[in-house]
Amino acid sequence: MSRINYSDCVTICPIGFVEEDILTCIAHCIDTQCGTGCIIADTAQCPYHAYNRERDQYNSKLILPYLLKCCPHEALRIIGVTYLDLYVPIFKYIFGLAQMGGKCSVISLFRLRPQFYDLPPDPGLFMSRVKKTALHELGHCFGLTHCRDRRCVMYSSSLIKDTDRKGFAFCPTCRDLFQWHLKTSSL
Amino acid sequence: MAKNPKILVVDDEASVRGSLKDWLMEDGYEVGIASSGEEAIAVARGNKWDVVLLDLKMPGMDGLETLKRLKEINRETEVLMMTAYATVDTAVKAMKEGAFDYLVKPFDPDEIELQVKKIVAHKELILENILLRRQLEEKYRYDEIIGRSDAMQEIFELIDKVAPTESTILITGESGTGKELIAEAIHGNSQRCYMPFIAVSCGALPDSLLESELFGYEKGAFTGAEHTKKGRFEMADQGTLFLDEIGDISLKTQVDLLRILQTKEFRRLGGENQIKVDVRILAATNRNLQNAIKENKFREDLFYRLNVITIHVPPLRERREDIPMLVEAFIHKYCLEMNKEMLKVAPSALKLLTEYDWPGNVRELENIIERALVIGRGNEISIEDLPFSRKDIGQGELPKSLKMMEKMHIERILNENNWNISLTARELGIDRQTLYNKLSKYQIVRV
Repeated sequence: MSRINYSDCVTICPIGFVEEDILTCIAHCIDTQCGTGCIIADTAQCPYHAYNRERDQYNSKLILPYLLKCCPHEALRIIGVTYLDLYVPIFKYIFGLAQMGGKCSVISLFRLRPQFYDLPPDPGLFMSRVKKTALHELGHCFGLTHCRDRRCVMYSSSLIKDTDRKGFAFCPTCRDLFQWHLKTSSL
Repeated sequence: MAKNPKILVVDDEASVRGSLKDWLMEDGYEVGIASSGEEAIAVARGNKWDVVLLDLKMPGMDGLETLKRLKEINRETEVLMMTAYATVDTAVKAMKEGAFDYLVKPFDPDEIELQVKKIVAHKELILENILLRRQLEEKYRYDEIIGRSDAMQEIFELIDKVAPTESTILITGESGTGKELIAEAIHGNSQRCYMPFIAVSCGALPDSLLESELFGYEKGAFTGAEHTKKGRFEMADQGTLFLDEIGDISLKTQVDLLRILQTKEFRRLGGENQIKVDVRILAATNRNLQNAIKENKFREDLFYRLNVITIHVPPLRERREDIPMLVEAFIHKYCLEMNKEMLKVAPSALKLLTEYDWPGNVRELENIIERALVIGRGNEISIEDLPFSRKDIGQGELPKSLKMMEKMHIERILNENNWNISLTARELGIDRQTLYNKLSKYQIVRV
């Protein structure tokens, strides 16, 4: 990726090891759908302070402030990408978490892999889930709420089948709102 | 302004409150939090909540006691109990006390989403039912605009010019000035006069209900969508669609509306096909949209689309010369309805009516004339039949008692809003249940 002004770009931050082609794919998807450039940051170390031994999962609420410390403060938005299994206290698991209208979000690849559901590996399916989840959480960072249109990437995906059914793009209404928030937001 | 369901999260654990609040806000809900049963009760008294997510085990007032007290404050609030300690006993107790359902922590993300959506759909159905009943019960509306004043003559001339065109028109003015009558007059004088005139009160409907009301939905589009339903845009095809209180719609609905104005096409919720409509749009607002644009609450591009022509309806106090004519017209209307002999107005009463400021405008005047005809005993309307006196127009002392001040204020706002409880409660900054309590306390009844 070529060097661009941080404040015009979404910073993608791998947490622990994440394959380069996954990060590049996310960057390309964001660039295409949102019209914003992306920068891939250096890998952030695994946030052991967020680990919950009882649940054998990582508390995403503790990861977000950690991400803010790891990434340039002038970044337009930050999206963390990790293979760690994430949760918030009230739920058994989450696919991702975002600060609504805020700076930061994080997605977990752990439950996006077909192998998690005892299915054979399917790189195409896996990447489509990754892109949709990344775009969805980024949408929240730009103030978008869940959309009732099942084809829109902002449709709420509590189950993996919802993620698989929805599209890669914002519906016209959400796209318009996204662009409007992009223009009017001043973080 | 978006009227999304309000959800209160009650749990003694901060992490639970925070997680649920973030999650629910992603769905566009308005969320409040409380860390104890006692705090939840205080919060519930101050605001109306559609759904409460309530932890069962809390120090101090536990979940079951809190549930009982919440239901006493507002029985329309639905409560979802949450607990990490599931027993059949407590589940049965909670349901008996009126809980909607019972969830065991930690949840699957879809569990709570489904439950909340179920409750919201249930409440929307109830509200839709109430609104439909109210429409059926609504009195005959006076369908002529009355006014000899220069201001009204200018409006009539403007209506003559703009009605035959296809231009979008924005009608502005205070509440109760007759903006819908103006819209009906424009439609009635247009080339679409024999086609439907469909009105939508954007301010009265929650955002999700407004969306389905305007655009319709396909069968199965969401929980509760058991049939395909045409929206108001389709119903107004070839005719006129009047969007009242346009300043109250959410940013999301503004985007959809803008697209229809630009492309003349839309899709029903859950629909695949684009539907073309030929609709003339008339919109109305009592808000200052320029200020709303500055506050990023109303889109500038939508404003310019709607504001092709503006008709501003002046408040009644700026056209006092029309008051005698209006009084006569309302007396005529209601005496016919009540099968009474036509009454006159005493000169002193007419003077008072002309001097009063009419914050509720023509609607308030109509209500007061109707009231005077009902309670009046003489053969003319006198000062004693009017609910205000010289004190209300600055010619005497205000009541010293706080209770009397509050009672008079509530009556005034009710009249301004034509006894719409939701709008009145909102303007007064209280919830509906509190307003009902005050109506009972002060024995305020609609005449």
